[in-house]
Amino acid sequence: MDTPQSTKPHTQGEISTAVPNEAWLRTEVARHPQRPYTLDYVDRIFTDWSEIHGDRGFADDPAIVCGMARFHGDDVLVVGHQKARDTKQKVYRNFGMPNPEGYRKALRVMKIAEKFRRPIFTFVDTPGAFPGLGAEERGQAEAIARNLREMSRMKVPVITTVTGEGGSGGALAIAIADIVLMLENSIYSVISPEGCASIMWRDATKRDLAAQAMKITAQELLPMGIIDGIVPEPEGGAHLNHEAMATTLDGVLARHLAELKKLSVDQLLAQRYKKFRTMAQYFNVE
Amino acid sequence: MSWFKRESPGLEPADASAEGSGKKVRTEGLWVKCDRCRQILWKKELEDNFNVCTKCDRHFRIDARTRLAQLLDEGQYEIDDANLSSTDPLKFVDLKSYAGRLKKAQEDTGLRDAVINARGKLNGRPVIVSAMEYGFIGGSMGSVVGEVITRAVERAEELRQPLIIISASGGARMMEGVISLMQLAKISSALARLDDAGVPYISVLTDPTTGGITASFAMLGDLNIAEPDALIGFAGPRVIEQTIRQKLPEGFQRSEFLVQHGMLDAVVHRKQMKSYIARALDFMAVA
Repeated sequence: MDTPQSTKPHTQGEISTAVPNEAWLRTEVARHPQRPYTLDYVDRIFTDWSEIHGDRGFADDPAIVCGMARFHGDDVLVVGHQKARDTKQKVYRNFGMPNPEGYRKALRVMKIAEKFRRPIFTFVDTPGAFPGLGAEERGQAEAIARNLREMSRMKVPVITTVTGEGGSGGALAIAIADIVLMLENSIYSVISPEGCASIMWRDATKRDLAAQAMKITAQELLPMGIIDGIVPEPEGGAHLNHEAMATTLDGVLARHLAELKKLSVDQLLAQRYKKFRTMAQYFNVE
Repeated sequence: MSWFKRESPGLEPADASAEGSGKKVRTEGLWVKCDRCRQILWKKELEDNFNVCTKCDRHFRIDARTRLAQLLDEGQYEIDDANLSSTDPLKFVDLKSYAGRLKKAQEDTGLRDAVINARGKLNGRPVIVSAMEYGFIGGSMGSVVGEVITRAVERAEELRQPLIIISASGGARMMEGVISLMQLAKISSALARLDDAGVPYISVLTDPTTGGITASFAMLGDLNIAEPDALIGFAGPRVIEQTIRQKLPEGFQRSEFLVQHGMLDAVVHRKQMKSYIARALDFMAVA
């Protein structure tokens, strides 16, 4: 029997799962299996691609691809997370979750670009850095930390595009850039919605609530100054038209690179420092 | 006639009428049980021993103030940047509200957020210290912690005084979302400048140091040293167990494990911490 107190309907949870919020819908688009990945953009936006492998210490990590390429006549470096579509390739790419070697490879190759004054494009699409036993043994945290510090003083233009999932430190480790862009349906967060839900709600199925609460969409992050621009996707999402997506992104990247090339190294570094120094300042001074 | 005579009348057992007079017999809190060796320890003795178990050498977790007092000459230091507090930028609510959690943590610790910036001397040498407070929402880093630590880095650079950051944190603060993540970038960028300036930075990792803290400033010291048996890692042990679907080996992600794998410069006993850092700063002395 219902007591009078419990006759009030408790529908809050049900409504939120029945009608997914915008943040969760975009998360699903960002993770769509047909979404273009780094090598899809390499094919369509760049020419003369030559991949560079290995961290010179332990292994080559297929979850991050690096290579020399040409972009509108410029020699450039491309670094990006790489996901895959079929099971065998997914396992090979470790679902886009890099081990420390991936980050060390990225840094090693970025140093080459710096030495020869070539701009760097990075593409971010990872659920996060791989949380495995070997990754811990080989210093996942150290690899990410070092990339953050070294990218902040890289003496060449760096442009990052979050193309799918910007999963926490594993994303940030290749995203300390002069310009950070997000595709319209990509996300960028400190922890996955599932991870946040299982910790804060003690229930991973509350992932849609967590996605909404954390503010992870490009549309929410732009006004907060976390990113510099949103790249529109084709109608329905990038997965429906890789060509159109690549064409739009190509134009945006070319425009930003042209702007950054006008700056001296000192100007570039000062501007990058200021950007991250003044970013995400939310405090009261009493 | 009794064997013992009570000389002081002030030791009468507390009763209802004596309440509020401040004269109560306190027995609670005099003894502490070591969570490793299960020995009962006299609290005073434990504190005199740097909060390290006198029986099994277990390093108890200590708060930021105790930490600073242990490290700096005569336990003296000046506090900076204590006036910042979070604005709850996302108005985050899970099962509880973030605003409520903040308020409770502030009441419990007497701090506005999970870190204390201090200026003091270490064996006579002026140093800049940031000590994290695990008791404040797990020492997690949001915009305030990020700003406060960045200011310590900038102060060390400006004054050309060595920087010591003592980490004790579960990682980034989820309730501030990607704002927390960007603090990793902010502090690491400031540390790049400190590095360029040739000012020493010693990172001290204590139990626990995980997540975004390890993946940024805690691993970026000229020396990264840890207390014995501290949990240090990127991913939490439970997350790793779920990923690899097997039990983790004994001692996994503990200080000694990290030294074995070449990820730390040294494990230093709390009693030797001050002399170790002093030695390192002699070596790195800024002209």
